[in-house]
Amino acid sequence: MDKKLEPVVKALQDKFGAAFEEFRGEVHAFITVEQIIEALTLLRDEHEFELLSALTAVDYWPQESPRFHVIYQLSSLAKNVTLQLRVPVNGGQPKVPTATRVYDVANWREREVFDMFGIEFEGHPDPRRILMPEGTEGYPLRKDFPLGYEEPQFTFNFEEIDLRKPYAKE
Amino acid sequence: MAQIEEVSIEQYKHLVSERALTGETMLLNMGPQHPSTHGVLRLLLELDGEVIVNAIPDIGFLHTGVEKNMEAKTYQKAEVMCDRLDYMNTVGNNLSYCLAVEKLVDLDVPERAQAIRVVLTELQRIASHLVWVGTFGLDLAAMSMFLYAFRERELILDILELCSGQRMMTTYIRPGGLWRDVPVEFEAAVRNFIKIFPKRVDEYENLLTKNPIFLDRLLGIGKLTKETALSHGVTGPSLRASGVNWDLRKARPYSGYEQYDFNVPVRTEGDTYARYLVRIQEFRESLKIVEQALNKLPMGPVRSDNRKFVPPPRSEIGVSMESLIHHFKLWTEGFPAPKASIYSAVESPRGELGVYLEGDGGPKPYRVHWRTPSFDNLSVIPKIVKGHLVADLVGILASIDIVLGDIDR
Repeated sequence: MDKKLEPVVKALQDKFGAAFEEFRGEVHAFITVEQIIEALTLLRDEHEFELLSALTAVDYWPQESPRFHVIYQLSSLAKNVTLQLRVPVNGGQPKVPTATRVYDVANWREREVFDMFGIEFEGHPDPRRILMPEGTEGYPLRKDFPLGYEEPQFTFNFEEIDLRKPYAKE
Repeated sequence: MAQIEEVSIEQYKHLVSERALTGETMLLNMGPQHPSTHGVLRLLLELDGEVIVNAIPDIGFLHTGVEKNMEAKTYQKAEVMCDRLDYMNTVGNNLSYCLAVEKLVDLDVPERAQAIRVVLTELQRIASHLVWVGTFGLDLAAMSMFLYAFRERELILDILELCSGQRMMTTYIRPGGLWRDVPVEFEAAVRNFIKIFPKRVDEYENLLTKNPIFLDRLLGIGKLTKETALSHGVTGPSLRASGVNWDLRKARPYSGYEQYDFNVPVRTEGDTYARYLVRIQEFRESLKIVEQALNKLPMGPVRSDNRKFVPPPRSEIGVSMESLIHHFKLWTEGFPAPKASIYSAVESPRGELGVYLEGDGGPKPYRVHWRTPSFDNLSVIPKIVKGHLVADLVGILASIDIVLGDIDR
């Protein structure tokens, strides 16, 4: 672990009882949903993490519970270190408080996570889909959302498949 | 007939001012088919006469589900999808993806491959900035700029074609090295470019930098403060034009960038003109890196000889049973990556291009997320265009240098 990260890790451990893991020099801290905004504010104000580099999620359905991990990748320009916060979120009705008041960039990134995973960000100022069209059903990056293939049509089943194809018929 | 939905003001109620609801200000749709939006970006503008009160970007027209598609392919095969993200920076996208895969599976890259990677990504950075300076001029009515910039870009695309057979979607950089070594004509072609290009940059500057019409349109327009930029996750030249000296090539060097001597241009004004100056200066700095990397291009292999991840050379397959097995296994099944996640970032022409890559022990990525710089850079637009004229919006948008493929993924 980078020496400059040690005080940060200690602060997170003392204040939030965060668990840590390390892989190839990258440090991941596990924070609970209730504490995430407090943790982000602490890191921004006291440990100079000015930049929220990435905000995304991973779906571990069906093998793991809680189902989602929301990931906050933070960078500190002053200290030149990075830190990843992971927030496990239950499936069902996943909800996370919004980080838009801490980092403005969270606005669009949270809309993207909502669009792709259906994770709701409570208190978000503009909770609309961002990439998919309005009225899309389902959340594409969830593991139970099919990738989608077109059925190959042969002579014997051409008409049968044609009937249930989604595009407009005359 | 497709159903046409009427757009009502109701759904944008929380984003526009109260004057829009009474009809005092006008809502105007700009794009998605508008030449100055650099792709398919739609902006909903709230206007008070010609002055912008609010701008609401609407993106997603180019959304192709790259992240989902990559989950269904092996690590080698998923690489071709990343060329299509930021189509102005294809080599850089390959580099960021390969660095992520190499970090995940702990794979070494020979020095020659690293140096060639640097040469090509820096050339690609110049090509990307050339498209930017061309369209920037075009948007501000300096039309000849576009023609000159594309003339030079052609030289770079020729070099890419020489190496990979492709002008744009090269997929030349592969996990563990390169697809193959560069051809013998490579060095002469790059040297020719190094010889020609500095004079051409001077020509661009003669055309634009002190042009009074150009200055009138840029000075003091679209001011982006340091704090707003950082909070909105703006990176790259746009951040450096706001006085933050942050370049991942210096801060967290990869592919041997620490060996090269170059400066990071920084301006403090934060306006559209500062962003222009930073990028013009980056032309010269990138060229410096290309020249240094070319001068000390080491000899040796261009692919790692770790056969568990990198396919053996074609010549070995005919004579070695083991090579044949490796070749077969790698191209049918792929290589497994550990059940772990990494985040790796490189400096693209637009900013921090990050990849979050997670493996699950199998040959396909469990999750790939692209932290694309244009997405975050665009999100600051509504803030900095307020109070400017519609004509200035065009310049501000161009100065941020967005690529819609990069935004929508």
